Amino acid sequence: MLTPLQAAAAIAVMAGVTFLTRILPFLLFDRKGNPPRLVLYLGRVLPPAIIAMLIVYCLRTVSFAGLEGWLPPLLAVILVVGLHLWKHNNLLSIFGGTIFYMVLVQAVDWQAVQDAALIFFS
Amino acid sequence: MDRRALSAAFPVTIPVLMGYLAIGMAFGIMLEAAGYNFIWAFFMSLTIYAGSGQYLGVSLLASCATLGTVALMTLIINFRHLVYGLSMLEKFRGMGWRKLYMIFSLTDETYALLSSVQAPVGVNPRNFYFAIALLDQSYWILGSVIGGLAGAVLPIDTTGIDFAMTALFVVIAVGQWESYGSHLPALLGVGATLLSLILVGQENLLLPALGIIIVVLLALRPRLEATADAQAPKDPRPEEEKEDSLC
Repeated sequence: MLTPLQAAAAIAVMAGVTFLTRILPFLLFDRKGNPPRLVLYLGRVLPPAIIAMLIVYCLRTVSFAGLEGWLPPLLAVILVVGLHLWKHNNLLSIFGGTIFYMVLVQAVDWQAVQDAALIFFS
Repeated sequence: MDRRALSAAFPVTIPVLMGYLAIGMAFGIMLEAAGYNFIWAFFMSLTIYAGSGQYLGVSLLASCATLGTVALMTLIINFRHLVYGLSMLEKFRGMGWRKLYMIFSLTDETYALLSSVQAPVGVNPRNFYFAIALLDQSYWILGSVIGGLAGAVLPIDTTGIDFAMTALFVVIAVGQWESYGSHLPALLGVGATLLSLILVGQENLLLPALGIIIVVLLALRPRLEATADAQAPKDPRPEEEKEDSLC
């Protein structure tokens, strides 16, 4: 655990950098004339690449050692995608997926599921 | 504060009210679970004010990340703000001292509102924009403080609540997948990050991944730019849903 001072410093850095990302276009381009085409191009193609990167980043600790390491995140991601394609409701998709995931990791005995699956398939 | 602008802005911000209360509460609960109470939630929401950035901030605080890592991760996750600013250059002109607050508070949702709404007749547009920005942040702060308090009081097992961050990104990705002409950037993001994960491991994968992404995007520019001009991102959703894009 960080000391309160360290935590406050980390929060100050987050606040400073976040503000920087917001003010930068105004500092660079807030005058007559358009921003360079390269900037506009990156501004258009980077966001989907970065979001995809962050999804993989969030799932980086997935492990294939046992069912509990990969099946809950996989099922929950499928549910989020399915809910969102169906209803296009952000809250429903995010909370539906999260609550489902919490149930999967808290209430399911994955060892028992794995044993049952082994018996079933052998 | 211009009361007329405030009362004109309130109905417009109701979708954000619902969204920010909910996502803010999840943030407050996560932060409380990581050992930081509602006072921390309040100050983070007051000074940082970025949904996905603060979700990431919880895991940075919990993992005792160094300040350099904190700065880099925050930069990467908030990179997309650069795009928002570009399209608000005109709108924020002439707002005086409030312009700084408008820039500070330019979250995904406020951006979505500001780019889609018109001030009603008889209401000063600048006061109207300012009221929207101010209301949105007050919802966010309120939600995160409620979450922090609830997390401390309610005896709930919060194991797995951090999946909310993954779900948030998946939702954004689905929306982008449907509205972008080319799926190449998204697929590139997945491929580059997996490659980076294999090459450098779990801890430091983001910077190499971002490097690969930018290099490949620059290399693909002639190809992507040719299609992108014809296929600028369009939003397939009906008009009334556009304002609540939570990220």
